[in-house]
Amino acid sequence: MTASVGTPLRRKEDPRMITGRGRYTEDINLPGALHAMIVRSPEAHAAITSIDTSAALERDGVVAVLTGEDMASDFAGPLPMVWAPPGVEIKTPEHWPLKRGQVKHVGDPVAVVVATTRHGAVDAAEDVIVEYDPRPAVVDPEAALEAGSPLVWDEFGTNKTHEWAIGGGDIDAGLAEGEVTVEHRFVNHRTSGAPIEPRCSIGEVRGDKLTLYSTTQIPHIARFVFSGMLGIPEDQLRVIAPDVGGGFGAKLQTYGEEALVLALAKRLGRPVKWVETRSEHMTTSHHGRDQINYVTLAAKRDGTITGLKVRIVADLGAYQQLLTPFIPELGFPVMGGCYRIPNIDLHFTGVFTNKMATDAIRGAGRPEATYWIELMMDRLADELGMDRLELRRKNFIPSGEFPFETALGIVYDSGNYEGTLDKLLEHFDVDEFRSEQERLRGEGVLRGVGFSTWVEVCGLAPSRAVGPQGVGLQAAFWESANVRVTPTGSAIVYTGTSPHGQGLDTSFAQIAGDILGIDPANVDVHHGDTDQGTWGWDTYGSRSLAVGGEAIVRAAQRVQDKAKRICAAMLEAAPEDIELTDGKYQVRGSPDRSMTMAEISGAAHIPPNELPADIEPGLEESAFYDPENFVFPFGAHACVVEVDAETGKVKVVRYVAVDDCGPAINPMLIDGQVHGGVVHAIGQALYEQVVYDEDGQLVTGTFVDYALPTAAEIPPIESDRTETPSPVNTLGVKGIGEAGTIAATPAVAAAVLDALRPLGVTELDMPMTPMRVWQAIQAAGNGGRPSAGPRDTEQGRSLDEQGKGSAGSGPAVPPEGGAA
Amino acid sequence: MSTTVHVDVTVNGERREADVEARLLLVHWLRDQLGLTGTHVGCDTTNCGACTVHLNGEAVKSCTLLTAQADGGEVTTIEGLSGGDGLHPVQAAFMDKHGLQCGFCTPGMIMAAADLLARNPNPSDEEIRHGLEGNLCRCTGYHNIVEAVKSAAGQGVSA
Repeated sequence: MTASVGTPLRRKEDPRMITGRGRYTEDINLPGALHAMIVRSPEAHAAITSIDTSAALERDGVVAVLTGEDMASDFAGPLPMVWAPPGVEIKTPEHWPLKRGQVKHVGDPVAVVVATTRHGAVDAAEDVIVEYDPRPAVVDPEAALEAGSPLVWDEFGTNKTHEWAIGGGDIDAGLAEGEVTVEHRFVNHRTSGAPIEPRCSIGEVRGDKLTLYSTTQIPHIARFVFSGMLGIPEDQLRVIAPDVGGGFGAKLQTYGEEALVLALAKRLGRPVKWVETRSEHMTTSHHGRDQINYVTLAAKRDGTITGLKVRIVADLGAYQQLLTPFIPELGFPVMGGCYRIPNIDLHFTGVFTNKMATDAIRGAGRPEATYWIELMMDRLADELGMDRLELRRKNFIPSGEFPFETALGIVYDSGNYEGTLDKLLEHFDVDEFRSEQERLRGEGVLRGVGFSTWVEVCGLAPSRAVGPQGVGLQAAFWESANVRVTPTGSAIVYTGTSPHGQGLDTSFAQIAGDILGIDPANVDVHHGDTDQGTWGWDTYGSRSLAVGGEAIVRAAQRVQDKAKRICAAMLEAAPEDIELTDGKYQVRGSPDRSMTMAEISGAAHIPPNELPADIEPGLEESAFYDPENFVFPFGAHACVVEVDAETGKVKVVRYVAVDDCGPAINPMLIDGQVHGGVVHAIGQALYEQVVYDEDGQLVTGTFVDYALPTAAEIPPIESDRTETPSPVNTLGVKGIGEAGTIAATPAVAAAVLDALRPLGVTELDMPMTPMRVWQAIQAAGNGGRPSAGPRDTEQGRSLDEQGKGSAGSGPAVPPEGGAA
Repeated sequence: MSTTVHVDVTVNGERREADVEARLLLVHWLRDQLGLTGTHVGCDTTNCGACTVHLNGEAVKSCTLLTAQADGGEVTTIEGLSGGDGLHPVQAAFMDKHGLQCGFCTPGMIMAAADLLARNPNPSDEEIRHGLEGNLCRCTGYHNIVEAVKSAAGQGVSA
């Protein structure tokens, strides 16, 4: 039996999914189940003046119609927000599954209808008559900070939720030392996670025990939270995440609807099922991003960076959900990028608006950071008249200096930034591109290239660094595994992570199989059920392999150690002389004296006389692993686009991604994660945006208005890797799930700007839709005709000259004081 | 809303008769009443294609058809695509080329791809990408889906 780790083993998940035998939450139909439909606010901000449920209650099949007042005693506490940074107060309004008194955004739930059929519930929900007294809404986060702005929450007297800051070195000295300074305002617009499976939750009651089936990334955290909200002991709540149809962070949440179906099941004594419509998803599954970033970067004439100052205004929406205020800050450990920057100063301001809450969406704080870091490097290079990649190389943390402690006190575990850039340039010939670009310009075709040399932080997380006494999350982030060998030599692996499409059933089976000497085909990986296995902290932050995988390594190693002791006793050898070779446990130097894992496990479960009594029966071990550091994957990406100057349409022509996530467990799965992550970011850069109008009405409530990329817009994604092992864990692995999304937006944006350079366009906010691109071309004033040389337009211009008047631009300095 | 319609539809080779609400969408009949939950619902607006099935040999989005419109017709869902115990070549190619991750769009994507190949047995990359633009995937970035369809195209897929 050869090693499975490192091979592109086909997925164990696939046979059921390609035949329609997956079991997603909506596929579960419990006997006697009732169906819930939620009545939601059409107003962005209003007082509820009356709710008339009488007509709905008269409909056939309607079992209950309940308002927030009706259900006030069903919950022992509100929905939680778990960040309590030491010394900082975060304004956190009470957040209940059904609202009482006021609604704060479109889609805010005000009542629930429960009926015997789903259609019946939908019909009855339309008969619930709610009267509202509208109040002024605020949707622009910077306007919300101005004195006199309407308030989302009167009781706080301000829309500012909190301020948080961190820095290192001496920023004033760093900026003063700079001979060249570039400043810019960036907008990281609001997006939706938009997994193709909408949310669905089912509450079930059997005796004293409640069960929640839910489309969640976090079943363990959900049990912790919802048992508390319902005021029941944790043992009386089981949470099951069946097959989950993608999460992308949108299912890293404890949602009111989940609490609601549990409370309804408890109240009504029957299962209650709620299925989210796509419109509901776009309206009330948390959104992501939505930051404005003011960035100042200073350097010496030779390109040496001396200081970085960043002011971030984050639009958090109307409520604090699980991690809402923390998401902008989550990017801070890598806000210096992969560069040696001695002086850094970061400041965050959170803002309430009358919109859905923001929270983690794939990358969560890190894509926003990479976007402005990389575009600032381009701006600095242009200002210096330096080659953009040369400037990056000059400031890369050299590969010989890892582990490297940054100015922010973060220790990057490993890196070889020159290595990924060199490899990228093996695939992408810049000189050849530039001459092709020049030739095409002559033909009126606008092509551009953008680069991103990025680093991210994942493997969440060392508990002491991010827990209550660290950054202040009221949680820990270790991971667990239980590895059990059955009497006939199969293995059952329980992981505390909760995969939802990543293919971890396969890669975890490869890891455990190699250590145990069992074919991965006979290693069954279990997850997503709080009544099985060990407690865990679920799946997000590219943590499953680097943290959950390491826990499996440790548990499997313990099983292997015990197997060796059993084998040694059976073969009358010393345990240290037993080695695992080609799937057999054998005495070193005597291949004829060997046992298979099935034989050893048989002996462990039905002990023969040869087995000493001091060896416990059974073959099962658990491990709990708290990493000593984060891991820091990195890479170099290039994007080529073509812009149609007449229509403003951008086409991605080529995308090359070189990533380093350490040694591959399954290279096929890595490539798949990179493809998906990159395309998610292309969507963000070019097409996708959650839009509210000035009254707080959601404009992008369906897939008609919120444009996910289709196969027709996307080129093949070329991917390659380097392998720099992390010293943090045994496997040397880092995360890859979010990498593409973190890496790609600046590459795409820079490519568009490079294509538009001959037209004099020097800035453009995402998403770079045809309308925006066309408008930028018109504003640049020459109607799409190539003008002066590529470098002339940007050289020597400061923010004051170029920063005004473009779409979405605002003051060059953020209103730090706000409306406090 | 009590108007019912009698339908007689052959689903995966089996004749099924039912009295259904006139407004009942085909996808809800398949999922909720026939228990064929391999066909998924991902949007309200016929954009995502997760509900794609074959009606009389052509790919259709079953969230945009009333059950009554399938009366007298033949419906094939992902559960019936292979027509037996084995895998349809497109199913096998999706597994071999890692054309799926979370698997939620997969049944619809496979049904659309099988229809595409039945109409155009040797499509170019461009034809595959345009042929599948009615089906959204958030996981794969489409790269390996295209690879899977190309791989299946070499294996003589027929209607």
